[in-house]
Parts: sequence; C-alpha cells; structure tokens
Amino acid sequence: MTQPPQPTGADLLQGLAAGLASGTVEIVDLTHALSPDFPVMVLPPEFGQCQPFRMEEVSRYDGRGPGWYWNTITMSEHAGTHFDAPAHWISGRNLPQGTVDAVPLDKLVGPAIVLDFSAESAADEDFLLTRDGLEAWEAANGAIEEGAWVLFRTDWSKHLGSARYLNLKEDGAHSPGPAADAMEFLVKERGICGFGTETIGTDAGQGGHLSPPYPAHFILHGHGRYGLQCLTGLDRLPARGAVLFAAPLKIRNGSGSPLRVFAMVPGKPAGL
Amino acid sequence: MSVPIERPPRKDPQAATRPAELPPLNRSRSALGMTAWAARGIFALQVCDACGRVAYPPRDACSGCLSTSLRFQPVEGGATVIAETTIRTSTDLYFRERMPWRVGMVRLDSGASIVTHLHGDVAVPGPVRMVAKLDKGGNAVVIALPAEDSDNMADDLQFRELTASPKFRRVLVTDGRSAVGQAVAARLAGAGAVSVFVGIAEPWKPFAGQSELAAMANVETMELDLTDTASVTELAGEIGGKTDIIVNTADHVRPGGLVGQDALATAHQAFEVNVFGLQRLAMAFGPGMRARGGDGTNSAAAFVDILPIHAFANLPEFGFHSASCAARHSLLQCLRAELRPGGVRVMSVFTGPVDDDWRQHVPPPKVAPSQIASAVLTALNEGIEESFVGDVAQDVMARFLADPKVLERELSQ
Repeated sequence: MTQPPQPTGADLLQGLAAGLASGTVEIVDLTHALSPDFPVMVLPPEFGQCQPFRMEEVSRYDGRGPGWYWNTITMSEHAGTHFDAPAHWISGRNLPQGTVDAVPLDKLVGPAIVLDFSAESAADEDFLLTRDGLEAWEAANGAIEEGAWVLFRTDWSKHLGSARYLNLKEDGAHSPGPAADAMEFLVKERGICGFGTETIGTDAGQGGHLSPPYPAHFILHGHGRYGLQCLTGLDRLPARGAVLFAAPLKIRNGSGSPLRVFAMVPGKPAGL
Repeated sequence: MSVPIERPPRKDPQAATRPAELPPLNRSRSALGMTAWAARGIFALQVCDACGRVAYPPRDACSGCLSTSLRFQPVEGGATVIAETTIRTSTDLYFRERMPWRVGMVRLDSGASIVTHLHGDVAVPGPVRMVAKLDKGGNAVVIALPAEDSDNMADDLQFRELTASPKFRRVLVTDGRSAVGQAVAARLAGAGAVSVFVGIAEPWKPFAGQSELAAMANVETMELDLTDTASVTELAGEIGGKTDIIVNTADHVRPGGLVGQDALATAHQAFEVNVFGLQRLAMAFGPGMRARGGDGTNSAAAFVDILPIHAFANLPEFGFHSASCAARHSLLQCLRAELRPGGVRVMSVFTGPVDDDWRQHVPPPKVAPSQIASAVLTALNEGIEESFVGDVAQDVMARFLADPKVLERELSQ
C-alpha cells in the first residue's frame, strides 16, 4: 500500500490562498479598536500606572500638512488588545527570547482551541477555570493539542462600554479567569503555546488573591509561554480548527505590545 | 433695590451674536498698580510716603509735595457722592451698547475725589462704599456701591459687567470625581447657575460621592477626560456653544521630585492633567467662549482654574506637582491675554494643601473642598482675578511678594 503524497509547502500555501479567495477559508478579527476610551488595567496608585491609548493629530489636510493626515500615538505596551511576552512577569525575567522582539515567528501562528465557558461566566463573575473543568471539556471535545493557543471564551468582551467590563468594586476587579491548577495543566501537561482571554488581563479580576498570585501570568510566562488579552469575537470561532495569527510589534526589549489578532476559520462549503 | 434680571430666553439662531466690545484698554504703568490690587479684590490707591496724601487718578508725583515716592496701599472705601449724571449716548462702542450709564463724583473720606461708576441703588447725595473692580478689558475701575447692601444689588447691569456671576449661566466643572469638583458643582448649582455640567473621566471606575453628585439638582454629569484630546473635543462639540463659565477642578497630585524611581512617569501624568489638560480645555472651549463674551445676560464670562499656591515656589516634597502648577500659572497668564479680547475673565484660585488622600501626611492647616467652592463663588460674584484660599496660600503669597528667594529656602527646609 502506498502513502498518498504529502502536500508540499507550495501546495499548502496555494490551497490557503485559493481558500481565502473563494471564501472557504474566512478571517475573523479578534481585536478591539485601539481608542482612548478603552479601559486599562487598574493598579493601586502607589504603583506605576498603565498609560491608556492616546492620539494627537499632527495634520489633517490642513495648514499643518495640506495633503496628508497622521497622528502621534502614545500608550502602554499593555493597552487595548495586546500580547504579553514572558519578560512581562518576574517569573519569566531570565528566560531566553523573553521579549517581544525575540519571540520566534513560529509561535505567532498556530492552532487555536476555544474553551467556551461563557455560560459559567455569565452565572458567576468570579468564575475560575479549573483543572477539573478542563478535563471535563477534554472528555467532551477531545484533548488539547501541544503547541495550541488556548482561548478562554467568556463573552466578557460584550460588556465593553459598561462598568461591568472592568467590574471594579471596593475590593478590586471581578471577572473570570483561570485557577492555578488549570494553568499548570495547560502549560506542563498539554504544552500550550499561549493563553488568550476576553478580559483586561489573562488572570481573573481577583487573581491577585490566588496562589501563586496572578497564576496565568506567573505560570505562563515562567515557562516561556505567551498571553493575549482583551480579545473579542471568540464566539465566531469553532472549538477547534481555527488558526490564530498574533504578531506583536517588534519593540526592542519590549514586554508586550498592542497588536492585530485574527484567526482563519473554515468558511462556506466548497463549491457554494 | 435693583430690578432682578430675568432668565434669558433661548437664543434666536437667526440673530447675530454681538461681538464682545471692550471698554478703553490703555492705562499708564502707574495706573496698572491699581489694576494689580483690584485683581485681588482690594481697593488700593497711591499714598504719598512724604506727606501722606492719597492720590487719584494714579500719577508719578504727589500733587501736594511733588514727592515721587507714591505707593499703592489698601485704602478705606468710605466716601460721599457729591454729583451724578447719566450718560445716554457715546461714540465708544462698548458703552454705546450699554446706555444709559450712571456716573458720579465722590469724595473719599481720605480726601481724594474720584469720577466713578455709580451703582443704580446709590442715593445722591449720600454715603457710599467705593470698591475697585476689573472691567471687561481687565483694567481697574471704581464703582460706588450703596453704603448698605440693597436687594438684588448684584443684578444691577453696571455691576454685573464687573463680575462673572453664575446666575442664569451654564457652568462646566471639569473633574467631578474629586471632592473639590463635587463641592464646586453643588455650590454653583445653588447659586443660580441654570446648568452645571460635571466632567467624569473613566466613568467605568466608581468613585466616592457618585450617587450624591447624580442626585444634585441642575447638575448633569458628562464624560470628560482632560488627558484625552478626543474626549475634550467631543464634549466641546456638545456643550461648547453654551458654556459660560468653566471651573477647572482637575489636579493630579503626587508626592515626589525629579530623582525618584518613578519620577518620569509621574511627571508625565501630572503634566498631562495639569498643563496639557488645561490647554485641551482652552483649545476646545476658548474660541467659543471668546466669541460669546458679549452674548447678553448669559454671555460667556469666566474660565476659573483652581491650582496650588506652590505654583509660585517649589515645595520639594511635591516637586513635580509644584512644577506643573508653575507651568499652569504661566499658561493662565497667557490664556488671560488670549481670552481678554472676548471679554472673558481668567481667574486663578490658589489654594493651600487640600485635605485629601494624597496630602494625608501634610500637617494642618489644610483647605477643605467647601472652602474652595466658596472662594470660587466669591471670585465669580466679585470679579476677583486672583484668590488665595486658606492660611497657607495667603502666607506663601505674602512671603513670595516679600522675597521669592527667601521663600524658596524656607520651603526646602
């Protein structure tokens, strides 16, 4: 019995281009627009603060530049839909290739697994994704593959524009996120590439009170993995089968970066 | 008693908005000494060091003894009106739009005679109180007030020209998240302002006093972040055409000087709010206000900025904050000149340390938000360009006038 011939790289790329052209492969935007009124992480005021996105017009077809329009923008590396590199957290400070300029390109494109916990998050604003929850998900959907980007769907992006997005109370923010055992499982037993959320950070709003504090940041970055946060559009992705593209700006020694995140998904059936 | 002014009707969109004409502007250097005192709400005249004669109008030599040592000093305002007339026509563009205009001659108890504006409630002949005010062109003028307060006296049209009363005006208070902003909003809403718009930055973050602010009558909260140009521009797009008074209550306060670990980021934030925030407000609202300085009863009237007295001398413990306030003070001087052609007053309300979370460790005396609110209202009602709220502010200003270098050393000890 002879094996069917493996497609070459040229075949694959040609197929992808044909799929995009015909619509059998679609692109889903997972990015919020960068805008000044997009909330940023709130830290106690004795710490340095996250600078929100700001834009100052340089010219707009006027006396400052009659034929052109452009702006000066300022922001934190961690404003808007953004990428966290390992060096963002103290646990990843000594890892090689820990800053955004050094992230290997093959980590920036990869298969995406979407964990839909939107119902649980709607029922409990402090919902914690646990190892048990992941094992139950795998029992129903199959194992999470090595090298995948795991995207945690909570539908929290739909709260943007209301106070519920940050959900600040006197004891801090309240939003869903992963427990430490879930992160240990994903990183050490499943070997994921990175973890993405719809909330302001990869951790739960109250994640600072878990052990270790901010387990998603601590465990992901301590093992050289990446974070994505403030994602949107996860409800348009299949549980598996999408390919994620997440390339941060190449900032020298940068700890993270706003970026355009999108996924390629199966589109309309061929021939339609 | 004066006839109370009525709430103006809504603006007729077909009627041309009257440009803000100004009263005659030129003054001698000597006369500006009187303006400087009047800017702080004080009636001061030249007094001769040699013979004690009180001089008016300001001059370079004493008319009694020819001494050139004439110094402005606060003088008692007691006086008697000895003559009056009412001017019914004038070629001056400012006055011809405001005729008839009552003027008179008074003799001060201290001896000088003054040709003066007469408040409508002054009886002739009779005793009066002389006060110095800034006119719409920013120069000192004197007006004779009735010896005792009369009913509705603030509504006298000649007097109202010399103030920025919030009555029937629409006010923007820029930072409603702070206790100072909330106190100012409440005070101005209670003082006859038709609407008080209150800016709230990052409305997704809860803040103390939020429900009380929402419940205030005639107060409406609006999204406004002074660090965001788009936010300020958008709010000006909504209410810029009907904002008569701005009270900038925003102040980013953090301890620290130049060499702290976080100094640069903190400095950026302080300047974003305290300096560029002020600029964004001026850029977005200034042109509209300047165009409406002569727009009748609810004309644009004043841009009030509340800032720390350490604008005048650096307090090293709050070193960068002081620097941002010094820049703010300098820009207010610029803005004063830029808005003057529109008859819009720029008022600085200098405060001592405010009793808030960031100055918990600062020893008393500290300033309560209600004191600041009262000072803002007084500044508007009396047309005072520079106010000093609290003992620390008054003390620092007195020491600054005495010798800024001595003050610098004292503040750094």
